[in-house]
Amino acid sequence: MVHVARRAATAANGRGTRGRNPLGSRACVEPQPHPDRVSAAILEVRDLVKQYPATTAVDGVSFRVAEGVCFGLLGPNGAGKTTTIEIMEGILPPTAGEVRYRGDALGTRFREEAGILFQKTALQDFLTVRQSIALFRGLYARGLDVEEVIRLCALEKLADRDSRKLSGGQQQRLLLAIALVNDPAVLFLDEPTTGLDPQARRSFWELVESIKARRKTIILTTHYMEEAELLCDEIAIMDRGRILAMGAPRALLAEHFAEVLLELPRRDFPPAARELQLNLIEGGERIEISTPDLEGTLRALLGAQVPLQHLRIRPPNLEDLFLELTGSELRP
Amino acid sequence: MIGRLLAILHARNLEFLRDRGTLLFTTLLPIALVVGMGFVFSGPERPLFKVGVIAPRIDHDADPFLHERYVQFVAEPEAAVGMHRLTHQEIDLLLDVHAPVRYWVNTDSPKGYIIEKLLLASHPEAQRQSVAGAAVRYVDWLFPGILGMNMMFSCLFGVGYVVVRYRKSGFLKRLHATPLTAFEFLSAQVLSRLILILFVTAVLYVGISTIIGFHNAGNLLLLILVAVLSALSMVALGLTIAARFSSEELVGGLLNVLTWPMMLLSGIWFSLEGSPRWVQWVAHIFPLTHALDAARAVMLDGAGIRAIAPNLLYLAATALAFLAFGAWSFRWRID
Repeated sequence: MVHVARRAATAANGRGTRGRNPLGSRACVEPQPHPDRVSAAILEVRDLVKQYPATTAVDGVSFRVAEGVCFGLLGPNGAGKTTTIEIMEGILPPTAGEVRYRGDALGTRFREEAGILFQKTALQDFLTVRQSIALFRGLYARGLDVEEVIRLCALEKLADRDSRKLSGGQQQRLLLAIALVNDPAVLFLDEPTTGLDPQARRSFWELVESIKARRKTIILTTHYMEEAELLCDEIAIMDRGRILAMGAPRALLAEHFAEVLLELPRRDFPPAARELQLNLIEGGERIEISTPDLEGTLRALLGAQVPLQHLRIRPPNLEDLFLELTGSELRP
Repeated sequence: MIGRLLAILHARNLEFLRDRGTLLFTTLLPIALVVGMGFVFSGPERPLFKVGVIAPRIDHDADPFLHERYVQFVAEPEAAVGMHRLTHQEIDLLLDVHAPVRYWVNTDSPKGYIIEKLLLASHPEAQRQSVAGAAVRYVDWLFPGILGMNMMFSCLFGVGYVVVRYRKSGFLKRLHATPLTAFEFLSAQVLSRLILILFVTAVLYVGISTIIGFHNAGNLLLLILVAVLSALSMVALGLTIAARFSSEELVGGLLNVLTWPMMLLSGIWFSLEGSPRWVQWVAHIFPLTHALDAARAVMLDGAGIRAIAPNLLYLAATALAFLAFGAWSFRWRID
């Protein structure tokens, strides 16, 4: 499960915030594409809005995806990731805004050149793995050889098995094979590893890495921050239908955190230590301290008689970034 | 386009052929029905003599003969229809009581021979006209009905449930993400069902003909044309129901609403002749009624294409209309 933390009202108690987001955590960040990337954008999303009777699932989202990049849409369930990606796939019509593929509205060319792996998909009954792949191969004018796709997704031993008799990880590999059958220029993966066991997830990541090596553009949604850190060249963090931050994961972390994080068990943190001028993030049984001055903070803690036996020091990750941006706990 | 259509067609055919239970049921049910019906209806003939009277309705006081006991008199408003029924021994004698009294008798019918003697006892002057024709056994008359009924269930439920299942499972949504169009998908479904139905119907036709000793009176190619158009019309009707709904319960209910009136009113089990005009009017809305009228005309009377052209046109027109409506209202995903 995703780590869930509760952030203390640090702004309220005046012990400092890391508030380096001048637009506020709810602001929609307008993308500023790198000049070199403008001409190479394979997909462009402009002012996308999707309204349902009771809710606004996507609320003014814009971004560009450069060719050959793995672009991640991150956020908790209900953030609007799947709605955004399905509009990009041409499956859902937007209420407002548009998606352009190589400068044109989504059309026949896009359908021929896009590979899609939905969050949930059932295949036709009574077909083997090979026949399921062949069925989809038959729907495209161009593509890879069926046997090549089988090899690419390590399905050789399962090729003649009924597609209904596959494990979760095997099923996802088959669905990925189907998404690759037209040798797509752009590949959409909507939460591809949700529900998989850790081993199957790792094996799926290796497959995606090998596809990345073929210079395919990949659009990935996930609520696993680890997955995004591992696979994505660029990410957009979404919550409640809006993009909160966008950029390369390392650049975003560097932009938002000049610090390291110290973790301590709550029981080891005496009330007296709260008088110290520290940037505290309180999460369940643990207390986190964000600081740019590791040595100074350690000295201050020792001075306040705080036991450091269970202290952990770690660099910030995307999950911390999400908490930083939303100011609320990550809804799993 | 053809490539995509063939890919879907091939996959759907594989799915059907591997679903052994459904395949077996589709084939065995009608055979069991026909053998059962043949057995049930092979008993003694009805005890009454049946005389058709050329008149809009029977007026027993118009002629003393119409008071004869053990004879059932039925009105035949159209002489040609009465003649047709006499040829098939559905009636034993056809009578025109207007002077001069004329009657037609089927020379191949033993009961016609007896009722003729009875008539001549009261009307020695009556003018005799004869026709010939073997009796149409009920089982022969039922045979096209059984084939049509099997076709109807296979068309409506086969296509209807399959498309709803595809939509509910998300398979349709996945297909929508490919270059496949709704028209290509629907055409592949229609073709797949058509091929399967024609194959199953052909097997049934040969099998049942052998069992009950049936001989087709008409042109076999014309009969195949009737079967193709009938199946097309009813598959397309099934697609109009399956085009947008995602609930199997709802679609099952709607298909039942369609199939039961057709079961009762399309003339599978008994002829609609003599039933109220509104019933006949309603019955002729259903494609199955036209399918059975055309099939019986070919199989029993040896009718040519001109005689059944109105039925064929109705089947073709409804097939196109249902397909167009189905493609227009088609939904790839659950709304």
